[in-house]
Amino acid sequence: MAGPVNLKPFYVGLGVVAVAGIAAIWWAKEGGSEARAVDPVPVSAGSFAGYVLGSDSAPVEIVEYADFECGGCAYFAILTGPDVKNRLVSTGRVRWRFRDFPLPQHRNAPAAHLAAACAGEQGRFWEMHDHIFFNQGAWVSDNRPARRFRDYARALGLDLDQYEACMDQQRYAARIQASKDEGVALGVNSTPSFIIGDILIPAALSYDSLVKLVERAERAK
Amino acid sequence: MVIATLSLIGFFVALYLLLWKVGVLGSLACGTGGCEMVQTSKYAEFFGLPVALYGMLGYLALLVVSLLGLQPRWVMHRWPTLGLTVLAALGVAFTAYLTYLEAAVIHAWCQWCLVSAGIIVAILVAAVVGLRALGHTPSVQ
Repeated sequence: MAGPVNLKPFYVGLGVVAVAGIAAIWWAKEGGSEARAVDPVPVSAGSFAGYVLGSDSAPVEIVEYADFECGGCAYFAILTGPDVKNRLVSTGRVRWRFRDFPLPQHRNAPAAHLAAACAGEQGRFWEMHDHIFFNQGAWVSDNRPARRFRDYARALGLDLDQYEACMDQQRYAARIQASKDEGVALGVNSTPSFIIGDILIPAALSYDSLVKLVERAERAK
Repeated sequence: MVIATLSLIGFFVALYLLLWKVGVLGSLACGTGGCEMVQTSKYAEFFGLPVALYGMLGYLALLVVSLLGLQPRWVMHRWPTLGLTVLAALGVAFTAYLTYLEAAVIHAWCQWCLVSAGIIVAILVAAVVGLRALGHTPSVQ
């Protein structure tokens, strides 16, 4: 019969795995795993540069690439968005820019982005943005999501004839695609992704993480 | 040894997802955004607690039992391997349910959840192999 197995090398190996696991989580916590530098992409003068909240003179701009059907984007909009608006945008510290980035695997995303653009045509993009994200669970599995978006348009008091004509003509489909193409050119491949200063962060951020990156961008000025 | 190592890796995967869920980590390394979608869905909680917490505790239990089973006084006993098989089978069943939700209900894939699914299936296979091996050798009940 074989003698007792020496477990010491195994315990050492297990210890190495444990240390690697702790180190990986520590690295993720510090936010170094995802962020990467991004080079500016030329945008033609006539192209639409997204929906903006905040002052033109704000020292830092945050660009968000988002998909209305993305759960992480909704999570961010609902939980972190209010803090961002009240504590960063309203105080003049940050200018927020929303860019469309509908993902191909999300079947209702194109209609959602069109609905927001058509509300934007009547100056109500951000209100529709909130309606769509806050009610994501209600339309995400709907086979006819346009009905829901029309209800939101009505609730916002939009001119429904104009809104419906806009939706029927898919008036802003090309612009939405252009926004996405610009994101792809910058290296965006998931949502939500944020560009803060010259850094692309392809993940939902907590408010505290966002503030740290804003402070970093402020220091870089 | 294989089960202990896999359990430890699975523990860290579950811990990573749990820390993101409770807001300690600001971002998930997840290329498609599917992780966030799955982790923010209502199915990411079970009886009011994050699913990742159950995963973490499950892997911790597997790690403890597997380490106990390696001790000289219990190495020839059947109960640690039997316990590992039962725990892993429960884990695979729960994982199968969660994977079904990803595919058919949430319509998004969380890569880290799939890594965990692979780990728990590998643990079950290793446990069953171990159980069969014990069945062919004299053991202490």
